[in-house]
Amino acid sequence: MVMSEGVAPPYLSRELEQPGKTRKGSTSSQRAGSRWGRRILTAFACLVYLYLFLPLINIIVFTFNDPAGRYNISWDGFTINNWLDPFKDQELTNAFIRSLEVAVLSISIALIMGSLVAIALARYRFTGSRGIEIFLVLPLTTPEIVLGASLYQLFLGRKVVFGFSTVVIAHVMFCVSFVALTVKARVRGFDWTLEDAAMDLGASPWRSFRKITFPLILPGIVAAALLSFALSLDDYIVTDFTKGEFTTFPIQVNNAFRVSFPPQVNVLATIVLIVSVLLLVLTSVRSEKGVTR
Amino acid sequence: MAADTSSDDRGLRKGKWAPYGLLSPGILWLVLFFLVPVMILVRTALSSKASRFANPEFSWQFSNFTSAFTDYGPQFARSFLFAGIATVSAILIGYPLAYWIATQGGRWKNLLIGLVVVPFFTSYLIRTIAWTSLLKDDGVILNVIHAIPFVPQDFRLLATPAGVIGGLTYNFLSFMILPIYVSLEKIDFRLTEAAADLYGTPWQAFKKVVLPLSMPGVFAGSLLVFIPAAGDYLNNRYLGSPKTSMIGTVVQDKFLVQFDYPVAAALSLVLMAIITTMVLIYSKFLGTEGLAV
Repeated sequence: MVMSEGVAPPYLSRELEQPGKTRKGSTSSQRAGSRWGRRILTAFACLVYLYLFLPLINIIVFTFNDPAGRYNISWDGFTINNWLDPFKDQELTNAFIRSLEVAVLSISIALIMGSLVAIALARYRFTGSRGIEIFLVLPLTTPEIVLGASLYQLFLGRKVVFGFSTVVIAHVMFCVSFVALTVKARVRGFDWTLEDAAMDLGASPWRSFRKITFPLILPGIVAAALLSFALSLDDYIVTDFTKGEFTTFPIQVNNAFRVSFPPQVNVLATIVLIVSVLLLVLTSVRSEKGVTR
Repeated sequence: MAADTSSDDRGLRKGKWAPYGLLSPGILWLVLFFLVPVMILVRTALSSKASRFANPEFSWQFSNFTSAFTDYGPQFARSFLFAGIATVSAILIGYPLAYWIATQGGRWKNLLIGLVVVPFFTSYLIRTIAWTSLLKDDGVILNVIHAIPFVPQDFRLLATPAGVIGGLTYNFLSFMILPIYVSLEKIDFRLTEAAADLYGTPWQAFKKVVLPLSMPGVFAGSLLVFIPAAGDYLNNRYLGSPKTSMIGTVVQDKFLVQFDYPVAAALSLVLMAIITTMVLIYSKFLGTEGLAV
């Protein structure tokens, strides 16, 4: 559930370049260990990357599988048919589209509310800010099963019909905290007097927000958007408790697993993977430029 | 955190109402869909249910909590044991990788840490199913293991505790690597040179200088792995067996299959209480930054 700022590499590196923090020379690390020690460490690191990517390789390789039965988990032969017909399974495709709808709507709501919380925390000093910060962390450090179960009880007690809207409410809930904390980390230490400077020079408050504040928090919002998109699209446990008869992509895959596991699951997952990696690369290249400018 | 406050003060406003206005939509959402539901869950946990289809009646029924422990002790024990082993494994696998990236990543650091996040962009459920394909009895990994002499022919990984722990470790490993990397990045590695100048061996320099300074990252990572692992039920569903069921399995089953709400609510609250205590102790000493930055 919880992700770290480190997931947005370029923003991180930028934070480290803040004045007042010492830059360390890269040569120093060469003295940190013996040559063999470093080689063993490098070999180990390669193994960990292999471990991290093994299931992904498996998923991608199996998009080209021609399964003999209804389960695409044993290798039976090569085909590109799955890629020619990624939307073959109608129910799966519909669930996939519903997942995208849930993600887009909940992230839009969460981004607005979360960014406002982040600005309030980063920019103002006020009573209760410490309490608010702890309160924001709690949804992220509460096991998903508790979040799901408690929402389930709330909706059940109020006789709310489970479906699209309950799932969106749940996804907004866990994304708000995440957005707020990610954006806040990004704007922490920002020199707010720049806004005063803009206003001294005759800019209206709205103009100074648009020209100064917004561009500065934008990379944080983009990072938060990307990652909460992944959180929402991927979510299983909270959705399981709030879905009723409604199905998202992961739910549909799980429900169908009793009878089949079609290769189209892998194809759609691979498409999501490729698109997200491209977006990640694109946004990091852009913000890298922003930093050097 | 304390060190940062001085640089945080630039132009910080002492707003009176503005911060509360900015906070209110997001915080209200969290109150309505996180705090209130958890309170309803507490109420349910103290209720009794006359029959399977009756509505729970609030009656200070503390026995739900005692039966949570007496009836589901093994599941609790397994949850904490599996999550604990997964956390330790994640440290052992993740720390060296984070250290390698921080010390030897050079200009590829951002790319290398970005790669750690890539598995997030395929569904967690589908990754877990990919592991069933990799770990199955005639799969790639078992073929390799069976080629090793003295491995019993009936050795298997699916439907064993090792399979579940492996899945938990894998699925949450990135949550360990990222905060450790963030804390290692903050270390001035010239300190290890100083240690070398004082005739410390590289290992001593690591043990006395680097390791203590990176402990906040290790603690944050441990929480971020332990929390989702302790409440998980999907890894057990796909990689385990009824014999390896965890507390999440019971809670999910009681809520969504058996409709036995009071005991299920008590079970999830006990889980939440234990984890929230850990989080509060953590934030008391290390602040909330490391958990969601």
